[in-house]
Amino acid sequence: MAEIFELGIAGIRTGVAAGDFTAKEVAETFVDRVSAAKSLNAVLVETPEHALAAAEATDKAKAAGEALGKMAGVPIGMKDLFCTEGVVTTAGSLILDGFTPQYESTVSANLFKAGAGMLGKLNMDQFAMGSSNETSAFGNVISPWRRNDGGNTDLAPGGSSGGSAAVVSGRICPAATGTDTGGSIRQPAAFVGITGFKPTYGRCSRWGTIAFASSLDQAGPMAHDVRDCAIMLEAMSGFDPKDSTSLDLPVPEWEAGLKSDLTGKRIGIPKEYRVDNMPPEIDALWQKGIEWLKDAGAKIVDVSLPHTKYALPAYYIIAPAEASSNLARYDGVRYGMRDLPDGAGLQDMYAATRESGFGPEVKRRIMIGTYVLSAGYYDAYYTQAQKVRTLISQDFDKAWESCDLLLTPTAPSAAFGLGEKADDPLAMYLNDVFTVPSSLAGLPAMSVPAGLDGQGLPLGLQVIGKALDEQGVFNAGLALEERAGFVAKPEQWW
Amino acid sequence: MSVDKETVKKIASLSRIAVTEAEADALVPELNNILGWVEQLGEVDCSKVEPMTAVIPNKLRLRDDVVSDGNVRDKVLANAPVAEHGFFGVPKVIE
Repeated sequence: MAEIFELGIAGIRTGVAAGDFTAKEVAETFVDRVSAAKSLNAVLVETPEHALAAAEATDKAKAAGEALGKMAGVPIGMKDLFCTEGVVTTAGSLILDGFTPQYESTVSANLFKAGAGMLGKLNMDQFAMGSSNETSAFGNVISPWRRNDGGNTDLAPGGSSGGSAAVVSGRICPAATGTDTGGSIRQPAAFVGITGFKPTYGRCSRWGTIAFASSLDQAGPMAHDVRDCAIMLEAMSGFDPKDSTSLDLPVPEWEAGLKSDLTGKRIGIPKEYRVDNMPPEIDALWQKGIEWLKDAGAKIVDVSLPHTKYALPAYYIIAPAEASSNLARYDGVRYGMRDLPDGAGLQDMYAATRESGFGPEVKRRIMIGTYVLSAGYYDAYYTQAQKVRTLISQDFDKAWESCDLLLTPTAPSAAFGLGEKADDPLAMYLNDVFTVPSSLAGLPAMSVPAGLDGQGLPLGLQVIGKALDEQGVFNAGLALEERAGFVAKPEQWW
Repeated sequence: MSVDKETVKKIASLSRIAVTEAEADALVPELNNILGWVEQLGEVDCSKVEPMTAVIPNKLRLRDDVVSDGNVRDKVLANAPVAEHGFFGVPKVIE
């Protein structure tokens, strides 16, 4: 039998239910894995007591013959963007240093209700602004992966859910929560060879999730495989009256509906995603993905999403605009840090607090957002970007007339070394070129690990679906997963 | 459109972020680089397009106008850098 730490959600659930091991043994295994992985800097706060208490509750419920929840006995990692009652929550920023929420986010509460425990709070790009986890105020997360060149260059785990990517790929947590605003679940999942799912906007409540760009932010699972993502997303989602954009719909049984026979499905290949300078290995993998989906019974059709090239610039107006508004709340008055220079008044205190509390990328985005929303520029930048967003969404609607799902690469490159792109914000933004359009349109999308490049690093394929068709995305993801046979794992060096 | 140092200082002030002269100098090319890049949106003809307001058609709900929570003053104040006598504390404001 596989070691406990190698198991994902489904494996743990089955083993606990069959009595092969107790939930307590599972929790203890992963608590040890977390405390032995400090050199990756993926976990900001360890919460062994939480994981062990949840495990004890599961073992008791099982002994009493009670029905077990979907996540019973599964200890998970929690991205530090989710407010967790009584556990410090920072969003990777100094401005929230020491912030201890007095309430539980809906997503984490849903997971705990389903029986999950929490192993710790996971490092991330500051306020989820970044694609490499290099903007965290608490240091870079180091990917468990290394190039096969015998060197020991530290690689980026992707971002913003970099801690989540690192702990799942390193088998340090069996699964973790992520959030995705422009690709922050899918790109890190691709960089570390795991599966990540962003649901339709509104499936997961945003209540208690620290806001970055409210019209884009969505929580989702990061896990070993498609089935684990389906189980975990069922537990995370659901209507929440406390989030005005929460979808008032029942949560489908995605796991029960998993089916990799794609007969009758039409898969669109958007020609605009064949970008300049794309490494030939990624193009080749995309071709393989097309063959795999054909083999699963799908029909392949060429489609066009003509406004694709405008998605990134539109995103980098809309997301900073929303961020500048959302982050206005960090004022040194109600929570988080306060910097009060000698003799300073209220306005000076705001400016000093925000100057010392926010990192450079966060400040850059707040200022861009403030500028594009300011009088005289609002229409030229912000309104124009929202109009382009409409066109991008209409592109997808048109594509759905001839196909049911889209297949694309997840990211334009494999993981890069820490520091290699840190000096150029624009080069970093381009990482999200394939993930941002579906975010702007609120569509469900997932990344599935599909192969290794010449350096031995994982590459992912992305499936995008129609709004609310998570099932279609899961099924195509499963068809890819079965055919890719991706089993590579980072060798443990940490 | 490009920004100069004075504009950067004004944006920083609107953003309530203190910047030094050196930081403002450094921000000018950084912001111009990003703004120059997003300006390509101007090429798109949007004369007949409505700006997006909701990605997934979803009507905002109304609820009964009644108190649904409250009485959590101490929790609200629990994370305040300064809280006294049941209030948030701020430096003296004299206009």
